[in-house]
Amino acid sequence: MILVYDGLMNLDTAPLTTPLRVKCVLSDVLNEERARQLEEIGFLPNEQVSVMTRAFPGGDPMVVRVGMSTFALRRAEARCIELDSLDDHA
Amino acid sequence: MREQKIYLHASGPLVALVGNPNCGKTALFNLLTGSRQKVANYAGVTVERKEGLMRLASGQPLRVLDLPGTYSLYPRSEDERITCDVLMGRALGERRPQVLVCVVDATNLRKGLRLVLAVKRLGLPCIVALNMSDLAAKRGLHIDTQALSEALGLPVVSTVAVQSQGHAALNEWLENASWQTPNPEALPVTDALNHSPETDHRVVQDILRRLSLDTLLPDAVSDQLDRVLLHPLVGPLILVVVLFLIFQAVFTWAVPPMDAIKEATAWLADQAVAHLPETWWRSLLADGLIAGLGGVIVFLPQIVILFFFILLLEESGYLPRAAFLLDRIMGSVGLSGRSFIPLLSSFACAIPGIMATRTIANERDRMVTILIAPLMTCSARLPVYALLIGAFIPPREVFGLALQGLVLFVLYLVGIVGAMLVAWVLKRLTRGGQLSRPLMMELPAYHVPSLRNLVIGLRQRVRIFMHRVGGTIMALTLALWFLASYPSAPDNATRPAIEYSYAGWLGHTLENVFAPIGFNWQISIALVPGMAAREVAVSSLATVYAISSSKDNTAEALSPILAQQWSVATALSLLAWFVFAPQCLSTLAAIKRETGGWKMPLIATTYLFALAYAAAWITYRWALWMGWG
Repeated sequence: MILVYDGLMNLDTAPLTTPLRVKCVLSDVLNEERARQLEEIGFLPNEQVSVMTRAFPGGDPMVVRVGMSTFALRRAEARCIELDSLDDHA
Repeated sequence: MREQKIYLHASGPLVALVGNPNCGKTALFNLLTGSRQKVANYAGVTVERKEGLMRLASGQPLRVLDLPGTYSLYPRSEDERITCDVLMGRALGERRPQVLVCVVDATNLRKGLRLVLAVKRLGLPCIVALNMSDLAAKRGLHIDTQALSEALGLPVVSTVAVQSQGHAALNEWLENASWQTPNPEALPVTDALNHSPETDHRVVQDILRRLSLDTLLPDAVSDQLDRVLLHPLVGPLILVVVLFLIFQAVFTWAVPPMDAIKEATAWLADQAVAHLPETWWRSLLADGLIAGLGGVIVFLPQIVILFFFILLLEESGYLPRAAFLLDRIMGSVGLSGRSFIPLLSSFACAIPGIMATRTIANERDRMVTILIAPLMTCSARLPVYALLIGAFIPPREVFGLALQGLVLFVLYLVGIVGAMLVAWVLKRLTRGGQLSRPLMMELPAYHVPSLRNLVIGLRQRVRIFMHRVGGTIMALTLALWFLASYPSAPDNATRPAIEYSYAGWLGHTLENVFAPIGFNWQISIALVPGMAAREVAVSSLATVYAISSSKDNTAEALSPILAQQWSVATALSLLAWFVFAPQCLSTLAAIKRETGGWKMPLIATTYLFALAYAAAWITYRWALWMGWG
């Protein structure tokens, strides 16, 4: 599979151990708090992220590195985070 | 009331430690205050409140408050809300702190500094403590504290919470700075919430760039460990081994000290009986006080062993990873991975299990875990199960398996399935269960656990249990002693003394309630003192059937009498009863203590008794239908 980072990739489907950049956190109508909370723990624009591992089976939850911190996120939470390729903003 | 004992160190100004979770804040708190700590709950909530006393070189006493860790002043959970409320001076029964020590993990400045900026806006005097500065230096991060201080507009000192003099710079600042002047209550509460994290993020990135600290240097050792411990296949296997070890330790290592405590209690009671005149107060001393005290202390070995492991896992950083690995299994019944260890340890005893629910951050999950913990088959049920299985289940084989063992296995299984069902029903019925709760759990870098933090943590658990739960257990034991001893039997009594007591009267009354599930009046009476602990039911049955026996062979002597007098249906019904019934006042006392009110113990008592009655009724009717009446 060829990975095209056209700004449409979200963290839940991001490839393993590939450094990417947070573009924005999508505000979910059903779960408004979630976006704010993700921002508060560090998922902020331009911050570097990568998926460290996914639980077996189902890939939910997953372990994500953001900046220098490591967080366990559910897939639904990771889906709110939109990504950019690393060099777009470098 | 004990909940009010918040202002223990009422003298001296109040210093509050505020910082991200896992920034080493509690380790710094332990270093500053040593053993002079008081653990309680914040008024009206079950969030743990830790306050300690430190003395500056000048002799000036300072009250130090260890606020719950938070990522921002925009609270996600109840503990984070407490931190915000205290900082803004609107927490119930709390004074606004006079000075803040903002603890930042020096190896992860980008996250910590965002909180520093938010805290700075509160307008309280504030100093930044760059904690774990030794680790940062080791990783090649050289932080110019002077430049950082200028950039932040706040004083900055380096601290190493795991070194005995690692707080020297902080102490010096607290000693010399003129922070003690303003009255914190008079300061206006600035609008700290309506601030976008993005703005702060940009400021932090700018500062880090200027100090050339904006390179990402993750902890290589932690990453290597995680490659194994969080591996999709190897990780769960290692976790199973770790959990098995903990379970073994709580279940088997605790047995020798527990036996020793039981023997010592019995010996003490015997001594009292042998050397004192036969009066009412001898009985109070031997059967009430000594038995009650022994009944409290006997829980200590399990509590100490379990919390030793939990603290070890917590300090090392493995606990949240275990929760991550177990998240999916527990998620199927609406709980998170954090509930697993408390439930596992409830197989030894529900009391350490219920105390261990403090590691569950989500309030709803914690309450559900507390409610289902008593359904795990604890070791106190085993004497009852052994007695009834020995008396009523024939020692033959079914499909090559021992029938007696099979029945015991089924009893364990029914408890687990029952607990899962209750959790599942609560997931369906409660609003909190319907929402998908956030996980967003930080996996901190691994650390070698420090002995000081382990010892302080263990001592706190023991003290909490002895002071708070112990008192209640003691009082309830005394109350049960009174019920079983008064009024005393007349001189010409022909039946066992307990039949003439309040407990006897209560048992005869309860017989009407229990008749539909096949319990006779002897069982009904034995269940009353059996409320103290499940295994007491065995010795009180012996009392009711007037068996004069030494402590060792009660069950042996009782077994043939029961086999002769009860139907199989009655025995099976009683087994079903013991799977569910909250026949343990100590557990209920622990629930009351840990949830800070009567609501949860009342809910637990009601639903467990209802389940027990239903299960026993169904079992009894089914057994009668099978022709075992």
